[in-house]
Amino acid sequence: MAAGHAAQHPVQSDGQAAEAIHVENLHKKFGQLHVLKGVSLSARDGEVVAIIGGSGSGKSTLLRCINCLENPTSGIIRVNGEEIRLKPNSLGDSVPADRRQIERIRSRLGMVFQSFNLWSHMTLLENVIEVPVHVLGVKRSDAIAEAERLLARVGLAEKRDVYPAYLSGGQQQRAAIARALAVQPRVMLFDEPTSALDPELVGEVLKVIGDLAREGRTMVLVTHEMKFAREVATHVIYLWNGQVEEEGPPEQLFGSPRSERLKQFIRNIG
Amino acid sequence: MLAISPPGWGGNLLRGLANSVQIALGAFGLGLAIGVAGAWGKLYGSPIVRDLMEIYTTVVRAVPELVLILLLYYAGTDLINRALDSFGYAPIDISGLVAGIGVLGIVQGAYATEVIRGAILAIPQGQIEAARAYGMPPGKMLRRITLPAMLPFAIPGLANLWLIATKDTALLAVVGFNELTQETRQAGATTKAYFTFFVAAGVLYLLLTLFSNVIIGRIERWARRGMPPIAESGR
Repeated sequence: MAAGHAAQHPVQSDGQAAEAIHVENLHKKFGQLHVLKGVSLSARDGEVVAIIGGSGSGKSTLLRCINCLENPTSGIIRVNGEEIRLKPNSLGDSVPADRRQIERIRSRLGMVFQSFNLWSHMTLLENVIEVPVHVLGVKRSDAIAEAERLLARVGLAEKRDVYPAYLSGGQQQRAAIARALAVQPRVMLFDEPTSALDPELVGEVLKVIGDLAREGRTMVLVTHEMKFAREVATHVIYLWNGQVEEEGPPEQLFGSPRSERLKQFIRNIG
Repeated sequence: MLAISPPGWGGNLLRGLANSVQIALGAFGLGLAIGVAGAWGKLYGSPIVRDLMEIYTTVVRAVPELVLILLLYYAGTDLINRALDSFGYAPIDISGLVAGIGVLGIVQGAYATEVIRGAILAIPQGQIEAARAYGMPPGKMLRRITLPAMLPFAIPGLANLWLIATKDTALLAVVGFNELTQETRQAGATTKAYFTFFVAAGVLYLLLTLFSNVIIGRIERWARRGMPPIAESGR
């Protein structure tokens, strides 16, 4: 996918971009612990939704429920208009009812993890072509050409044959972003992508994510970087204790927060 | 006496070694296959599968191998032939090679299950999670991610199992299979030169082990290709 294409999204008849992610009344319990208490979230094509909140507010859990890495207890999740079919399991959670459906949906959601999670037995290039070749069925030579382009884009062209363990955290995370881009994701999911990095490495990763946001990619981003969220997000959600305490455009949320808790959160973290 | 061609017994010893290696390879391979399936079943199987695997590993590891070999070899072939008989088939003669591989493979499988289960648990869980997050089907995840990622953690344990397999073949002498120990005993009994032949057999087992170590070392280096060396250990 060339850089310019990402900004062109199908537009619905009502003039708004189509909804890429739709989460409705999501609940998640871990045993007795009620982590998400009826959260709703929507990301239209081209939007960057930032989820902020204190530790334990449920923001990572919310993100991980979107692709069912975490099984929600109840709620509705739609990705590109397709509802994930869920069925109850013995633990009282809802699990994907159709393995093929969830695999298909997951393969087009580019997820970036806090701890990178690159496959350690593969070089960077092998990491990037793995899903295109072995899940999406792209021809190997095409996947390699695309992977080289993506690695160059995140500034790792000369590291293509290096194993992840030999790289810095910032380099690993940039490679993980290339891996996510290689599936031509409809939506990118970022789960605290800079939280595990040394402070001096945060900038290089944020720059890559910021560039992607500016080219109009659809993203859902869990982050502690308030300044960054304010810069790139089109919509910010503040979670507190498993509920949406306040949400809106970044200028409004950071400029004139209404909720007392959010005011305090911004004071503490800023 | 150790000459390759008769009246020397060297040829017999080498044939015995070849038989031992064949059984060891077969048993180790079968054990690996059982081990992967067993570990997968124990980690991800339904409660019933998990219980069955638990019973298998517990029983096989509890009973002395010699007893298992006698039990499975005699009782096993008897059971198979009785079953064949009751369905109206003629009894078959199960070859020592197949029986040996089967019996030792079942023993190896029980230990391999635990070695591989431990190795899978040692994989950083994020790597498995990443595979799930990108929609990899379970079979592909096992082949592409889980097995290669667990290999560096499994190799020391599996190398032990391989060396044990090469020497467990000697136990098959009790069921009259012509592996190295059995051939050595025959050579000794015929010539009364026990010391010569058993030392020769010992040297052959030692050479097999040394050769195995070279191969295992290579495999381990390959499996650990993504892992930086641990400090300066001089290796």
